[in-house]
Amino acid sequence: MYFRPKTLLEATQTLAGEHAQILSGGTDFFPALGERCVQGAVLDVSGISELKGITREENHLRIGGLTTWSEIVAAPLPRCLDALKLAAREVGGVQIQNRGTIAGNLCNASPAADGVPPLLALNAEVELSSTHGTRFLQLSEFITGNRKTLRRANEILSCVRVPLGLEHAASTFLKLGARRYLVISIAMVAVVLKADAAGHISDARAAVGSCSGKAQRLMELEHDLIGARARAGIGSIAQERHLSPLSPISDVRATADYRLSAALTLLARALDNCAGSC
Amino acid sequence: MATTLASEAQAFTTIHFSVNGKSVSPAVSPTERLSRVLRESLGLAGTKVGCDAGDCGACTVLLDGEQVCSCLIAAGQVEGCEITTVEGLAERAPIFDRLQNSFLRHGAAQCGICTPGMLVAATALLERDSAPSEEAVKDALAGVLCRCTGYRKIITAVMDAGLNPAIQASPAAGNAVGTRLVRLDGRGKVNGTEIFGADEFPANALSLHVIRSPHDRASFHFGDLQFYVAQHPGIARVLTAKDVPGINCYGVIPRFADQPVFAETEARFRGEAVAAVVGDADVLESMDWSSFPITWDKLPAITTIEAALESDAQRIHSKREQNILVSGRVVRGDVEKALTESAIVVAGEYETGFIEHAYIEPEAGCARRVGDTIEVQACTQSPYMDRDDIAKILGIAPDKVRIIPTAVGGGFGAKLDLSVQPFIALAAWKLNRPVRLIYSRNESILSTTKRHPSRIRMRAGATQEGRLLAVDFAADFNTGAYSSWGPTVAARVPVHASGPYNVPNYRALTRAIHTNLIPAGAFRGFGVPQAAIAQEQLYDDLADRLKIDRLEFRILNALDGTTPTVTGQILGQGTSIRACFEALKPKWQAARAECASYNDRVEGSLRKGVGIAGMWYGCGNTSLPNPSTIRVGLKPDGRIALHQGAVDIGQGSNTIITQICADALHVPIDRFDLLSGDTAISPDCGKTSASRQTFVTGKAAYIAGTSLRTALLALAQTTDPAEITLGDGSFSVKNSDGFHRIELRDLQLDAHGYVLAAEGTFDPPTSPLDENGQGSPYAVFGFGAHMAEVVVDLELGTVKVTKIMAAHDVGRAINPTLVEGQIEGGAAQGLGMALMEEFIPGKGENLHDYLIPTIGDIPVIESILIEDASPIGPYGAKGIGEQAVIPTAPAILNAIHDAIGVRVRRLPATPDRLRAAILAYKDTPRD
Ligand SMILES: Cc1cc2nc3c(=O)[nH]c(=O)nc-3n(C[C@H](O)[C@H](O)[C@H](O)COP(=O)(O)OP(=O)(O)OC[C@H]3O[C@@H](n4cnc5c(N)ncnc54)[C@H](O)[C@@H]3O)c2cc1C
Ligand code: FES
Ligand code: FES
Repeated sequence: MYFRPKTLLEATQTLAGEHAQILSGGTDFFPALGERCVQGAVLDVSGISELKGITREENHLRIGGLTTWSEIVAAPLPRCLDALKLAAREVGGVQIQNRGTIAGNLCNASPAADGVPPLLALNAEVELSSTHGTRFLQLSEFITGNRKTLRRANEILSCVRVPLGLEHAASTFLKLGARRYLVISIAMVAVVLKADAAGHISDARAAVGSCSGKAQRLMELEHDLIGARARAGIGSIAQERHLSPLSPISDVRATADYRLSAALTLLARALDNCAGSC
Repeated sequence: MATTLASEAQAFTTIHFSVNGKSVSPAVSPTERLSRVLRESLGLAGTKVGCDAGDCGACTVLLDGEQVCSCLIAAGQVEGCEITTVEGLAERAPIFDRLQNSFLRHGAAQCGICTPGMLVAATALLERDSAPSEEAVKDALAGVLCRCTGYRKIITAVMDAGLNPAIQASPAAGNAVGTRLVRLDGRGKVNGTEIFGADEFPANALSLHVIRSPHDRASFHFGDLQFYVAQHPGIARVLTAKDVPGINCYGVIPRFADQPVFAETEARFRGEAVAAVVGDADVLESMDWSSFPITWDKLPAITTIEAALESDAQRIHSKREQNILVSGRVVRGDVEKALTESAIVVAGEYETGFIEHAYIEPEAGCARRVGDTIEVQACTQSPYMDRDDIAKILGIAPDKVRIIPTAVGGGFGAKLDLSVQPFIALAAWKLNRPVRLIYSRNESILSTTKRHPSRIRMRAGATQEGRLLAVDFAADFNTGAYSSWGPTVAARVPVHASGPYNVPNYRALTRAIHTNLIPAGAFRGFGVPQAAIAQEQLYDDLADRLKIDRLEFRILNALDGTTPTVTGQILGQGTSIRACFEALKPKWQAARAECASYNDRVEGSLRKGVGIAGMWYGCGNTSLPNPSTIRVGLKPDGRIALHQGAVDIGQGSNTIITQICADALHVPIDRFDLLSGDTAISPDCGKTSASRQTFVTGKAAYIAGTSLRTALLALAQTTDPAEITLGDGSFSVKNSDGFHRIELRDLQLDAHGYVLAAEGTFDPPTSPLDENGQGSPYAVFGFGAHMAEVVVDLELGTVKVTKIMAAHDVGRAINPTLVEGQIEGGAAQGLGMALMEEFIPGKGENLHDYLIPTIGDIPVIESILIEDASPIGPYGAKGIGEQAVIPTAPAILNAIHDAIGVRVRRLPATPDRLRAAILAYKDTPRD
């Protein structure tokens, strides 16, 4: 069965009655099929216009679940989301960016999902809608591991909410792959830095992806950054011990050791890069 | 369309949208991929499918003006939308005409399989930005992979799309050779009409699914196959080894043929075929193959060269002792003595892995039975070899097999071997129904040949003055489960492992060794690129130890045509390796100085380096006959028919062979009509491999062209010097004894329908190699040298190649644009080989784990063409196809060493490997 509702309400009603796979931009959905054709019921959410676009609410920036990477790149967004924009530009090629959505990226929950570290760094939450209403989960809780989330079968990820407060903080994202375009990250980092009037770091966020089953925040590093002078060189604060939340694997793309060393290098560079402009 | 449909996902529904401005309403499954709907339901085969996973971009179309991968879009998602495919670009975008012409002018389409995707992506860009920067072009086209061109000509073509230079006039008689003629088969490649393997099939064709071994080695038993067929309406038949009427064995080299169409009792590699299910396409697609009645017994498998060579190792083929398929040997002088006499001796061990060809077109074709003849229309590099093997498999005479080659969406060696052909031929023969098969990307990577993994040990010694004295080289190649081109690799490498240098004492021993892995076969260079990786790095070490400039060392030792090669051949005229090095010298010196000063100044983690590597490569088969025959005929309408049997796999033989023949006949090239390599139409021009088509078939075309000229003059009862003019239904000859006009319509036609025809056959003169590998293995060698500039990031171990300069002696550049295309494409593959490419069986039979360079990875590539005519080739021409890939990887590896002092001996130099090597290097004490 194939459903293509126009509203979220219809969609949740369908999911309440039917165990259906959700199809959004299809950029993870179709490759996962391999050579099989689609089996079972499909709920195509791509026609639900209320889930598209980015709006500002009182305490949050609300990114509709169906917002594509291209829309994120094109949208005027606060500086703290520069990292997300940079990530968006690195997702596949333009074809993928034109179709792939943020909800798909988060629900697919690949350890290499480029959208996760920038949002994790901003304490983003996801909104899950069902006929029972909506619930909010911290992104850090929502993704529980490699391709695992707390989404219930009857829920649709309707939006991502980014708490306001850090809008003017500088942010950046660095991704490392074995070729220039169209590459799954070996490691990637997102960093957000805010300095006080005296030029000292007052808020710091650092998240690393592709180096554990799910992307991780480096809380200790964030803590050690507070109070440091915001200038190039700040990257040297990042030390191996800060990487303890990471547990990388060795695979065809890189060894575990390499991932750790690359993550550290990327962190240092991202911090230096942000410190100059925060 | 209704928002909900109370039916199964597979159930058809009518979807309304517009394609290229026309409303369409196909009845399809709403979850069907748009790419399939376009190609199969709407007959728009211009949109290509290379992976079905978003990785290659060949399927790119515009959806409401934005580029998207049509393989990732459900039909239901385009309800009410506007789709534009390559077929509709001309009407949609005014600039498209210019873009197409720009692609043709710049040679941006080689095989053309990526071209529709490139054009669509470029159109989306140009509609927003009519004068894009290079960076903008790269960003916009990054989602489309190209394996042929190295992308540079594509970038230029898009940036130049705004220009509209006057259409190039067709060259006058006698002036075709040497001009940058637009490829003669180009138009279809840029308007989406070219027919590739998957693009044409009768409506009643059945489909076929191959059952393959899931294990490296396993025995198997079928359940009740008849019952299975009876249980599944829509399945016509299951074929196994028992159904093969002829010999269940094929192989590109008859003497070593060992591969069954279907394994009989035991599968020897993961991916080997054991059965084929033939039936209706839609039924096969929705089958759950896990319920196919077969049981597997996994057996211990040999997956490494070491294990294969162990004294008690199981033999993979009972007749091949120690699992050695074949050994190769070239010995000259006294190596051991010369090494002891050398002032400096260096040594190294090198290793490379399987490399996937990764052409964007997976193997595909369709077969039909016509009476007692079987016709196979498929992508191939070798129609006559296919014909002979299919005949053996079906147990029929070769002339009862007709091979109709389609356009080939990249081959690079792997489409020399059979892939889909035996299955579809057998099924169509047995069922008397057309049968088609299109490999998925997974199946293509899983079952078709790869570049041989190599393990090389090498020592080299020189005098204090820097003269090479001795080279001792030993290489083992993992040839996988079946022979394929293993014997050719083992034979070719020892002839070439000295590089294009004077090496008086030489020993090169090679072995091709069977394992239970995917067969390794032909891939651009037949093992010589792997050998060059060892040899060119080791010569750098030697130069460094001697404290001689690395380029000077090469110039000092370069072959000059008067001293014998390692096989004792005196090459004579056209030995221009020195000229290639000399051409790079000023750039080399400047780049060296620039790198040194940068590295002295810089404080961060980046280091620059420049590397050089040389190359030689024999054109044609190694000491074996490989004739080509060209037929050319004068038609009653006064036009010339050229039976151009040298399959054009993108390299340009359709154009080059015609250029040569036109000048030999001395008539304008626009008088020519091309006939394809269809075995029912054209004589055998051999296989498109071994860089032989320009040289061998080109020479045959030259001979045929000059013979036809002689015949024309004879008909006019005159002789050269004369001017022949082909008219409409007549031709005329003007010379000193006057003007002769011959009306053609009244003349009698030969069996092929020609007024006059000529055939030219050429087989390059070679001599057999003796037990020490001494002799003249090739009539002509191509030479070249590449210089690569890199920036290495010490902390991340990443390498960015910033420039490649390529000097090649091509004898004569018949078409400089096509030659550059080969050089740029070869360099791009060499870059991939150096930095990112390795296929690990079982891990990554797809194009997101197996990485090839994208448009963002290829630097500016500057070609320097040296034209030192070979006395034998047509107009002096030599091959360039394989030559181009050989020196790139070693030049890059030498540049990495130049930048940071680290030697990479295990390829590819991925960031993690390079970083580990950098850390190890830091810890090593040095003098
Ligand atoms: C060639 C290629 C390159 C890629 N490169 C990258 C890359 O560099 N970085 C990266 O991070 N990703 C990459 N991806 C993966 C993919 O593009 C992204 O993850 C994308 O954001 C997925 O979004 P989608 O809308 O296409 O998801 P879909 O494929 O439609 O869905 C993905 C999963 O999420 C579920 N889902 C989707 N929407 C919802 C929803 N609203 N509520 C609940 N569940 C939902 C689906 O059921 C499915 O399981 C690449 C993919 C391809 C094909
Ligand atoms: S076929 Fe769609 S991206 Fe390869
Ligand atoms: S021309 Fe691009 S893949 Fe062949």
